[in-house]
Amino acid sequence: MDLVMHLKQLTMATGLSGYEAGARSVIQQAWQPLADDFRTDALGNLIALKRGTRPAGAATRAVLLAAHMDEIGLMITGYEGAFLRFTRVGGVDLRTILGQEVTVHGRRELAGVVSSRPPHVLSEEERSAPVPADKLFIDVGLTADELPELVQVGDLVSMRRETIELAEGYLSGKAMDDRAGVASLTVCLEELQRLHHEWDVYAVATTQEEVGLKGAMVSAYGTAPTAAIAVDVGFGAQPGVSEEEAIEMDGGPSIAIGPNIHPRLYEALVQVATAHELKYQIEVAPGQTGTDAWAIQVAREGIPSALLSVPLRYMHTSVETLCLRDVQRTGRLMALTISALDEAFVASLTQ
Amino acid sequence: MLLQQLSDARGVSGHELEVRALIAEAVHGLVDEQHTDVLGNLICLRRARRPVQGQALRVMVAAHMDEIGFLATGINKDGTVRFGKVGGIDDRILLSKQVVIGESAVPGVIGYRPIHLLSAKERRSAPDLSHAAIDIGATSKEAAEKLVKLGDQITFRTSFQPLEPGAQRCVKGKALDDRAGCATLVELLGHDYAIDLYAVFTTQEEVGLRGAKVAASAIAPDLAFVLEGTICDDLPKKEDLSHVTELGKGPAITFMDRSFIADRRLVDLLVKTAQAESIPYQFKKAAAGGTDAGAIQLSREGVPAVTVAVPCRNIHAPVSILSLNDLDNTVKLMVAALQRLEGSL
Repeated sequence: MDLVMHLKQLTMATGLSGYEAGARSVIQQAWQPLADDFRTDALGNLIALKRGTRPAGAATRAVLLAAHMDEIGLMITGYEGAFLRFTRVGGVDLRTILGQEVTVHGRRELAGVVSSRPPHVLSEEERSAPVPADKLFIDVGLTADELPELVQVGDLVSMRRETIELAEGYLSGKAMDDRAGVASLTVCLEELQRLHHEWDVYAVATTQEEVGLKGAMVSAYGTAPTAAIAVDVGFGAQPGVSEEEAIEMDGGPSIAIGPNIHPRLYEALVQVATAHELKYQIEVAPGQTGTDAWAIQVAREGIPSALLSVPLRYMHTSVETLCLRDVQRTGRLMALTISALDEAFVASLTQ
Repeated sequence: MLLQQLSDARGVSGHELEVRALIAEAVHGLVDEQHTDVLGNLICLRRARRPVQGQALRVMVAAHMDEIGFLATGINKDGTVRFGKVGGIDDRILLSKQVVIGESAVPGVIGYRPIHLLSAKERRSAPDLSHAAIDIGATSKEAAEKLVKLGDQITFRTSFQPLEPGAQRCVKGKALDDRAGCATLVELLGHDYAIDLYAVFTTQEEVGLRGAKVAASAIAPDLAFVLEGTICDDLPKKEDLSHVTELGKGPAITFMDRSFIADRRLVDLLVKTAQAESIPYQFKKAAAGGTDAGAIQLSREGVPAVTVAVPCRNIHAPVSILSLNDLDNTVKLMVAALQRLEGSL
């Protein structure tokens, strides 16, 4: 697999929270040759099953890998003359979308722009404050008469952004959060084609993470795994973000530790990374991780969970930037860990 | 489409080479003389093609080739690139944008702190861009220096595209201020007049009308027209504020802006022409922004001048929008007005 091409396809697909179909079809196509069985559940989660080679008479064990496929965006709330009003879907910083190109998913896909006013007409006072939400509009270049035929209230708006390659194996675009995680699952499934693994693997592209971890909650229930690993993005070091707040770019996935994480699963990941000389870093999460792992951990009767984070700069902007090597390391770490899972590990979970 | 090529071409003030090459090719065969002066202005002459009594009027029509953008001003230890603004840019539009640097078009991005890490107070404030830098993927100063040189031009990474076809025939792209004027001016050269038409594609307008000043001095025109892409601030407003111009309402005739007061005879010529030819027009309804007309007017012993502009939404931003109807009507108005000129004003 060409990881650059894969990530470009993933990130340039559309899949706002609750409306992930566009992203889902791209993912299913990529995973088709890598898994044995597919289903989509009632909340739109794509659940791929790759069966393990279980010794005769052994108990069924499964590991859940979760990465969310939904992305943040906007939604149309009304018209005002020739312009469209909108609200946010997920945590968009409205200050970062002035002059942003968007796609309005109306009756057809319409290219548009979040309007910005020229500096010539702005007072110093106006320029030194954020543009108030009620003065932000989307412009698709149609007249007030033409708009209602093509755009309705509730239509989705995605960021229009070509994913580009930067120097040194870095890639930048929208929706790296968390298509980067999805891509790491693809890497993992590919690695598992060559590795022996006894456990079944559920690779799940989850829905509605950005609006409350909803897809993960129900897909963890649906797959009832023995253990789970969620992959999301973590705050990578960047200009303006101090080292204390961030993990290192190109430093490998961060392996989280804290109440959300089962200590044995954490240890297994660290041990495998160390044994295979895979770069990793440790991230202490003293409480709510804000990731699918938080919902998965308390599904059914409790599921031992771990969290891997791909370092990402400029999270929740349309220029989210990552290092490809971190995505590869994350996928490899999961595959090698899965390959090492056995009954002794299961026993250790409740000791 | 020439406008598409012009919009996609990169040329911040002082770096107009690529734009000039496109225009030089486009005007080939339409002009009797063309040359580039020391400031980079492309000066073209199309002599009178219609009978003239006595000496033909020397009419300068100018459009600027340069666009707003940045220059690379430094490289940080972490491999990011510092930049300085060229022309008037609102800092707040820089967040979350893609840019292209230098001759080899190195891509980069301007990011921002994740919303998750911002305090409530930060979220309510304008972004602090005092330490903003462009991320090109390089992780050290040495690596970045192999890709970027100090003084490299930096432009927004935006591609020209027609929007959904509607009554206004809108297109989006960068630098429509003033590639719209350049495209108009090239069109004007395809028609016959009883004047000597000096079509001047100027440089460095965005940093102080520099190219137009010396071009006018060299040409010594009898009168001048400036073609612009101008402010169109027609978003819904609660207050009773001017839109400056409105999209789809035709070419905007400027009687005054921050740089000059237009010659009334030329304003009247344009208005009368528009009325006689049933071409929609509007006035620029705010004395905001400056144009090459301000420099040309003060050239030598003074030159009567006026500005005609295509309304562009979101000018001085990564992506602007204009109506091709407005562009076509600007061409029509200017052709008709220039054809009415002969002898003297």
